[in-house]
Amino acid sequence: MSAIAYKSGREPHAREHRVVFRNIDRDGWDPSLATALKNGAYEQLNKALTMEPTAVTDEVKKAGLRGRGGAGFPTGVKWGFIPPTNTKPVYLICNADESEPGTFKDRYILHQDPHQLIEGMVIACYAVGAKLAYIYVREEFPEAATILETAIAEAKKKGFLGKNILQSGFDLEIYVHRGAGAYICGEETGLIESLEGKRPYPRIKPPYFPAAMGLYLCPTIVNNVETLCHVKHILEIGAEAWANTGTPNNTGTRILCVSGDVQKPGYFEVEVGKVTMGELIHEICGGLKPGRKLKAVIPGGSSAKVLRAGESFTVGRGDAAKTIGLEDIPMDFDTLAACGSMAGSGGVIVIDDSRSISWVLNNINNFYAHESCGQCTPCREGSLWMKKITDRLVAGKASPSDIDTLDSVARNIDGRTICAFGEACAWPTESFIDKFRDELVADTKPGLETAIVNAESLTAAANL
Amino acid sequence: MSEVKPDLIDVQIDGEWHSFPKGTRMIEACRQAGVEVPHYCYHPKLSSPGNCRMCLVEMGTPPRPAPGAEAPAPDEHGHLPISWMPRPVIACANTISPNMGIRTTGPLTEGCRQGVMELLLANHPLDCPICDQAGECSLQEFSVEHGRGESRFREQKVKKPKNVPVGPRVRLDDERCIMCSRCIRFCDEIADDPVLGFTDRGSHTTLSVYPGHELANNYSLNTVDICPVGALTSNDFRFQMRVWFMKETSTIDVNCGTGCNVTVFSREGKIYRVTPRQNNAVNSDWMPDSHRLNFHWIHSDARLTDPLIKDGANHRLATWSEALSYSAAKLGELSGDQIALVASARMTNEELLIVKRLATMLGVGFLDTVPRVGEADGYLISADRNPNTLGVKLVLGLDDPGAKLADLKAGIQSGKIKGLIALQENLVDDAGFSAELLGRLDFLLTTYPLANPTADAAHVVLPSAGWAEKSGTMLNVTGRLQRLNRAIDGPGQTLESWEFVRDLIQALGGGNGIYAATDLFSALTQEVPAFAGLTWGMIGDQGIPLVDTGVTIPLLEREKERIAQGIVVG
Amino acid sequence: MSFLVPATVESEIDERITHYPVSKRSAVLPVLHTLQHHFGYLSEEAVEWTAAKLDLEPIKVLEVVTFYPGFRQSAPGKYHIRVCRTLSCAMAGSYELMESLCAKTGIDRSGVDHHHPIALSADGKFSIEFAECLASCGSGPVCMVNDDFYENVSDVDALIQQYP
Repeated sequence: MSAIAYKSGREPHAREHRVVFRNIDRDGWDPSLATALKNGAYEQLNKALTMEPTAVTDEVKKAGLRGRGGAGFPTGVKWGFIPPTNTKPVYLICNADESEPGTFKDRYILHQDPHQLIEGMVIACYAVGAKLAYIYVREEFPEAATILETAIAEAKKKGFLGKNILQSGFDLEIYVHRGAGAYICGEETGLIESLEGKRPYPRIKPPYFPAAMGLYLCPTIVNNVETLCHVKHILEIGAEAWANTGTPNNTGTRILCVSGDVQKPGYFEVEVGKVTMGELIHEICGGLKPGRKLKAVIPGGSSAKVLRAGESFTVGRGDAAKTIGLEDIPMDFDTLAACGSMAGSGGVIVIDDSRSISWVLNNINNFYAHESCGQCTPCREGSLWMKKITDRLVAGKASPSDIDTLDSVARNIDGRTICAFGEACAWPTESFIDKFRDELVADTKPGLETAIVNAESLTAAANL
Repeated sequence: MSEVKPDLIDVQIDGEWHSFPKGTRMIEACRQAGVEVPHYCYHPKLSSPGNCRMCLVEMGTPPRPAPGAEAPAPDEHGHLPISWMPRPVIACANTISPNMGIRTTGPLTEGCRQGVMELLLANHPLDCPICDQAGECSLQEFSVEHGRGESRFREQKVKKPKNVPVGPRVRLDDERCIMCSRCIRFCDEIADDPVLGFTDRGSHTTLSVYPGHELANNYSLNTVDICPVGALTSNDFRFQMRVWFMKETSTIDVNCGTGCNVTVFSREGKIYRVTPRQNNAVNSDWMPDSHRLNFHWIHSDARLTDPLIKDGANHRLATWSEALSYSAAKLGELSGDQIALVASARMTNEELLIVKRLATMLGVGFLDTVPRVGEADGYLISADRNPNTLGVKLVLGLDDPGAKLADLKAGIQSGKIKGLIALQENLVDDAGFSAELLGRLDFLLTTYPLANPTADAAHVVLPSAGWAEKSGTMLNVTGRLQRLNRAIDGPGQTLESWEFVRDLIQALGGGNGIYAATDLFSALTQEVPAFAGLTWGMIGDQGIPLVDTGVTIPLLEREKERIAQGIVVG
Repeated sequence: MSFLVPATVESEIDERITHYPVSKRSAVLPVLHTLQHHFGYLSEEAVEWTAAKLDLEPIKVLEVVTFYPGFRQSAPGKYHIRVCRTLSCAMAGSYELMESLCAKTGIDRSGVDHHHPIALSADGKFSIEFAECLASCGSGPVCMVNDDFYENVSDVDALIQQYP
């Protein structure tokens, strides 16, 4: 394989380990099949087609690949959920709806390296027995949809898609399906409803686990773009070698996206767990702006619970228990979960001491209030209520008891909803109040308790 | 040979163990155990989206032993300990599992309910004083039972359209809507008329019809019944009467042979509303709009209220005894074969029995009823628009009701028939008897609830009770025996038909021993083989299958399929 | 002017419908996208045309159109601008960017509310609205003008000048 040169100013950081992002920002690279073929595209598909489908799934299981979309669920295990007695058609959907605030990685794969995704999808479809697959692309990536359709057409012409792929007897059609601007379509059952042409209302689970009753009530596997891209690399170097990158139970590499108050925001593919929060912020992203101190970090997309600068956490059990600070946290799934947050989508938002916490929380609450699908009571009513309270908070029209009400509303949503959007909209409020209550209360005005305020005319944030 | 028993599963509900068949929903298991789980969006006849979250309960299962550890031992009843889950689950869509525990009380469940109530009320308008649903509103009910008791909501509520005419019979107040989607599911799944939907999203979600389209199908008012709040209201009933003032009477619809079970809501002798009553062997939870609204005529000014005797060109008021003795005298002038009796398949079995006695006593030459046939609608409306055709066949012994009417007309025309008793039928409008033909009769006695052309032509007119004004039994198209229960009194001097037919028999010199409708029922059990061995009490509110006609009700058949597929509970 | 879908547009739609062999209803989104791309927005006729094309009740199409901010029921400007307002872009100055863009294009956003998120310039050349996270958080503030994507937006004049 030719040596890789990157565009000037876009070279990977030394701490990176580019696998999925190997071709992103690459000098002389384009999304065409011709270029991809010169760099080994579809060779792993060839290899996969010589294996039993279940053997492919086993490799992915052995590798320990965990979903890169946000939930971090073991991919091979998900593939194995399709009932062995199933006789209905199986579908695979690539979730390219990237909408979690703070996340910007799938965008580049879709625009620049579509064949890596397509190859991953064909291999995955072969493993699970899907003959029809969709790439659900968010509406705001119009160029990506065109690039993907061109790539699919190219792949089909060369026999990597369509009937009797590479003479294996395996058939597969992949179509691009564009969304229309709704975050809830990133939720797998909401996505499925959207693909069925209905309002994207997530389904109750049980019984609508996609692996059992998904698209058209048939077994369906929904995977994130990045997750599917890892599949071919697992086959290329073997599950064991792949699992040796990253850290135990948190194997492989993942793309972290850093934004907010750092000098050099951007995307970085690192071995999971081999880079700490502090290294990420200070070493890779050039640290905070001059004269600024770290205040908070949202480590996994805006749905993840916020961590406060200077906080310490107890991780591990028994003899292995230890106390670490925020900046010591390795960027993996398990440690972040143990610290009361999550790795989520890999979207890291850094907040410095120039920011008003009330303003930050209000911006997030406006997002969730706008994106709530409205299907179930707690999220529908609660997300808008929380937004209205923090609207008043930033406008200087909230009372201290409003913070208690805000917390209570969030806790009445958390765990009570049809889908994880409930947690997604409640956790920011819960965690900001948990970690920064003093700051929030400082923005309130005592004595406003009994006033019923018309929030519509007082909103500081834009009213969407 | 032993019966095949369903798989039974042990479930602990609020500390007590019960057994239920496999596949039972948690909410149904609780209900059968006598514990009502509050809910809005769940309905046993519709699919379950699980969106209101009011039915959240605490749930537990046997704990999974840690690797290497021993499994816990069952107690003396075979029950394993229960490990309670911190996350609540909805009871409506989840089925029970072996050794499951359910807590419908306790801090978690009660906290969930309080939370959901507060959130539902956050944007709900304070419409109670003008909302029809007051008194039968789930939001009110659960607010009292499960709510916080005070509101912490200090914001501006979301504004939505009020008083929207979504259809000719249904009105929508969007702000009251709690987006449970029952109405949408009913229209999609039962009425096959998917005209309702949600537009916009989030808290601004609004129940809508497409501009220029309407919720107009003949089952639209069922959405008003199932709407848990006052979002969908009936135009007919809007602002008419508070529900707590009304008396509820269970009875049967008589607009066709299906015999939908209904509840009549009345106050001080006036009917304000009719709603369907559940009967899973007849009409499920539904009824057609056309049948439901067909009660206003009961309070029409055109109601006959007193016996009338023809005097020259007009009719004069008479007392019952005068009218009946006059009728007896006039009938006495004729021989039996000169008299015809047309009864009605809208009469109860009890009325038909006493009519049979009258016919036998007179030795009438013709005995028939008026057929009423329309088009079946494929849901609940039968082609037979008479409610008791089967009763006519069994009690009057007519094989082919209506078959003799042509000959009867000929008989009147030829002068062979000189006397005609038309009971509860308007022969001019409904059987093609012209006023001129009726004019040929020496004596015409007619009974009917409303003034009508047949009455105009009659020598004696008697006011008869409407369906809501009498008690008795009828047989529907499937052969089910169902009870009508009198909800209100007829106007003026109106009597139930069986009463004055009995009195007419008496006036003709016959004996009786009939004092109440139940006496007639007892007579039925002795004189009509199909009724042998029955008692009035056996019929109950749901009726009993008496004869197997082989006729099925299309809506119920479709419902059975959906139950079999597990989509609905039934 | 009566609503007419050109043959080329309809044949594109027909081709897209073939991507959903299991259920025609699934084609709702691509059909609406194609119509919006051609007409600029989705009129009532467009909704009804789509419903007829896919054998759906019009309300079932309207449900979808009104759910998604990506579908517009009134004509936008010739150039429609979307500015991301979510956290990272807001921190990078997207509210200030919105004000600059409005000033530059002569758009008054004072009438904007939940039901009317789009504001137009008087001459109809530009329209603007806020959008939620556009997935380019590290290079904020970002915006889109029609299908063109811009990141690290600082020179509003230069951006607007590209749209004559």
